[in-house]
Amino acid sequence: MNNNEHIIEVQDLTRTFGAFTAVDHITFHVNKGEIFGFLGANGAGKTTAMKMLSGLLLPTSGKASVAGFDVFTQTEKIKKSIGYMSQKFSLYDDLSVLENIEFFGGIYGLKKQDLHIAKDLLLSKLGMEDQARSLVSSLPLGWKQKLSFSIAMIHKPVLIFLDEPTGGVDPITRRQFWEMIYDAAQEGTTIFVTTHYMDEAEYCDRVSIMVDGKIAALDKPANLKEQFEAESMDEVFYKLARGAKRGDG
Amino acid sequence: MSIEIKNISHSYSKGTIQALKDVSLSIKPGERFGIIGPDGAGKTSLFRILTTLLLADNGSAVVCGYDVVKDYKAIRSICGYMPGKFSLYYDLSIQENLNFFARVFGTSFEANRHLVEEIYVQLEPFKDRPAGKLSGGMKQKLALCCALIHEPKVLFLDEPTTGVDPVSRREFWDMLDRLKSRNITILVSTPYMDEASRCDRIALMQDGKILAVDSLEGIIANYDKKLWSVKTQHTNAVLKKLKIHPEVASSIPFGDSIHIRMKNQLATFEDVRITMANMDDSLTVAPLVPEIEDVFMDLMSAQ
Repeated sequence: MNNNEHIIEVQDLTRTFGAFTAVDHITFHVNKGEIFGFLGANGAGKTTAMKMLSGLLLPTSGKASVAGFDVFTQTEKIKKSIGYMSQKFSLYDDLSVLENIEFFGGIYGLKKQDLHIAKDLLLSKLGMEDQARSLVSSLPLGWKQKLSFSIAMIHKPVLIFLDEPTGGVDPITRRQFWEMIYDAAQEGTTIFVTTHYMDEAEYCDRVSIMVDGKIAALDKPANLKEQFEAESMDEVFYKLARGAKRGDG
Repeated sequence: MSIEIKNISHSYSKGTIQALKDVSLSIKPGERFGIIGPDGAGKTSLFRILTTLLLADNGSAVVCGYDVVKDYKAIRSICGYMPGKFSLYYDLSIQENLNFFARVFGTSFEANRHLVEEIYVQLEPFKDRPAGKLSGGMKQKLALCCALIHEPKVLFLDEPTTGVDPVSRREFWDMLDRLKSRNITILVSTPYMDEASRCDRIALMQDGKILAVDSLEGIIANYDKKLWSVKTQHTNAVLKKLKIHPEVASSIPFGDSIHIRMKNQLATFEDVRITMANMDDSLTVAPLVPEIEDVFMDLMSAQ
């Protein structure tokens, strides 16, 4: 588990809840700087796996390291090294844009001066200078998502987890969001992303598909399409997940 | 008409947020009508007005001949409504929820069981399980059953597939297919553009406004701009070049290809092929039948 090129290294990782095995001996790795798509049907075990990799949930067995830290013993170090954003939990609605930036910057231990620079850079990059003092609740969803992505990156993490970041977002903003993902990847941040939009799976360097707690397939989108004799990732997904036995809990 | 919406407008927060801007629509009896648009388009506000849960600032709406303001009681008894958020009783079992909703509408589950039989058989093995302990797909099935159990004339489904994986989405639409013979008018909203193909007609909605209303085929046929598909191994790098290319009007990533429109609409396949080859000779170009998302984005940008 000392491969420096692998920012995530997972071996036989398992998590059970009572008699139920949510994640069942998964083994895979994520390369440094890659955009890794983590797909699966509702209830396949994606959320449980992501929680373990982000240091929020202890695995039952197996091994895993994230950004060089062990998921059993170094969860606090993992949390400091990663960024996390999801559609469900992102920002504080009743704080302004600026207050959210300051709050999360503070949480991640940015120094006052650094935070000041980061703040201005972030606002100008997003073109949101005029909205700095608006409450987050007043922003359209697409803006919120772009803002929460930028805030999740404020401490320059080596790795960011994006949990359905584009759900319900309009098609133009959805693509702008992916441009931000690409730019972040180009600057060296590793992206670990889940989505229900199968066209977005095509934008990933590699994609894994979880079915019933196991990784049923993992490869470049082009190879997966070839392997499953499918025209699109939608078809690949359908062929794999159709046979799933369980729904989400 | 089953639903007639005339010039409906609605705003929130003392008029600062315009959720609906002069919306008019006519939906025929037995039609499966899709309202397609992203979060914040105004879909839920429209549903709440039609189900008499919200009073519009302006305009009028009639459901099965009943006015949404004057005849709200009559409408409530003929409508089935599945809100975007799961709204059944978590601590009641599947069976108790169904009994409850049947009784609220003055009927019984046993009397109307045939209406939901096909979906119910999938729930029956778990009928004593509390609704709160069901999987997402099962909750969805139960919510649909509860909305159907009083034999509604109109069914309102507000984003039934949001956040649901592609396989379960397909299964949900298959379930709706089986209702077709029953001649219920179904108004359904979704942020997923690909679900347009499962509706008889659709309205594209954005920012409180209806951008277009037609069948999917009609909407595509009406789109008069020529598009080309460009394929490459290096989508991001090629996109950056296309964005600043003087002859390219727009370039939008679509999964494993990029959809482009040339400034010169009369450009032939050969013209486009040469232009692209000059930019990067590893590209492949093909003519393209527009997708619903192409049309939606074009209409969005025109606003």
